[in-house]
Amino acid sequence: MSEIIPYTVEHRADTGLYNAKMGVWLFLASEVMLFGALFSSYILLRVGAIQWPHGWTLLNVPLATFNTFLLMTSSVSMVMAWVSLKLNDFKKFKLYQGITILLALAFLGVKSIEYRGEFHEQMFPQTNTFLAIYFTLTGLHALHILGGIVVNSYNWGLGSRMWTADPQRFTNRVEVAGIYWHFVDFVWIFLFPILYLS
Amino acid sequence: MQEISSQNIKQEVRKHLLIYGLLLFLTAINFTVSKLSLLGEQTVFIVLSVAFVQGVLIACYFMHLISEKKLIHFVLILTLIFFLGLLLLPVLEFWGNIFGTVHVS
Repeated sequence: MSEIIPYTVEHRADTGLYNAKMGVWLFLASEVMLFGALFSSYILLRVGAIQWPHGWTLLNVPLATFNTFLLMTSSVSMVMAWVSLKLNDFKKFKLYQGITILLALAFLGVKSIEYRGEFHEQMFPQTNTFLAIYFTLTGLHALHILGGIVVNSYNWGLGSRMWTADPQRFTNRVEVAGIYWHFVDFVWIFLFPILYLS
Repeated sequence: MQEISSQNIKQEVRKHLLIYGLLLFLTAINFTVSKLSLLGEQTVFIVLSVAFVQGVLIACYFMHLISEKKLIHFVLILTLIFFLGLLLLPVLEFWGNIFGTVHVS
């Protein structure tokens, strides 16, 4: 017996949206509160500290700037992947989605180089409060990047079989994955100045 | 999200590339400002303001919030209120405005 999942393509009358889109926005609302709690902790630690180091004196700003560039570029390629599906160009979707995944992997690669340099300089989460919140925030963000890579890779590989059977549903899947991916970029936009530039 | 037809696709792509260029430009501004030690404590305010503009651009154009349904806007406004409360509470607590200070002897 096969059960059909409702509202994967057509919009619900009450929300005016397909379910996955409503779902991803509710999920992102909870994500805002998760990161919000950590930003709140950051403020509390910073205003309560007698001394607070400038991020740029401890951390590798050029590498972080390069990572910002990578993440912004991946956001554009993610949009292009979705646009390609809207234009029924599956080959271009594969190309742009592949670029997005590679850029995300490059982000994690650069981040690991950065972490290695910090560990080499004897900078660990237990070293001081600034580094504790720095590793917590960037570590959690990196886990979100990893999650995005898993979802985008599935859509690029095995999951892309859906394109032949149900192209509209697949396009919606990519759109929802894209919204999540832009949110990851959005969080980094604030992490970068708070931790590295101030 | 706004439906895209093949007629206006070039316009959409151009718009996204423009936003991308703007985001990179703003990142460059932030990077430069952080290097100017003359600005001192004002640096925090400037870099966060620039980040806020970048965040708005990403949310409005990449996440297409600008053309999203009102229900999504409602959910996000509610989230924003709680988020701001979350940020404000520790600051108010620190200043002793609402809870006061507890001294343990």
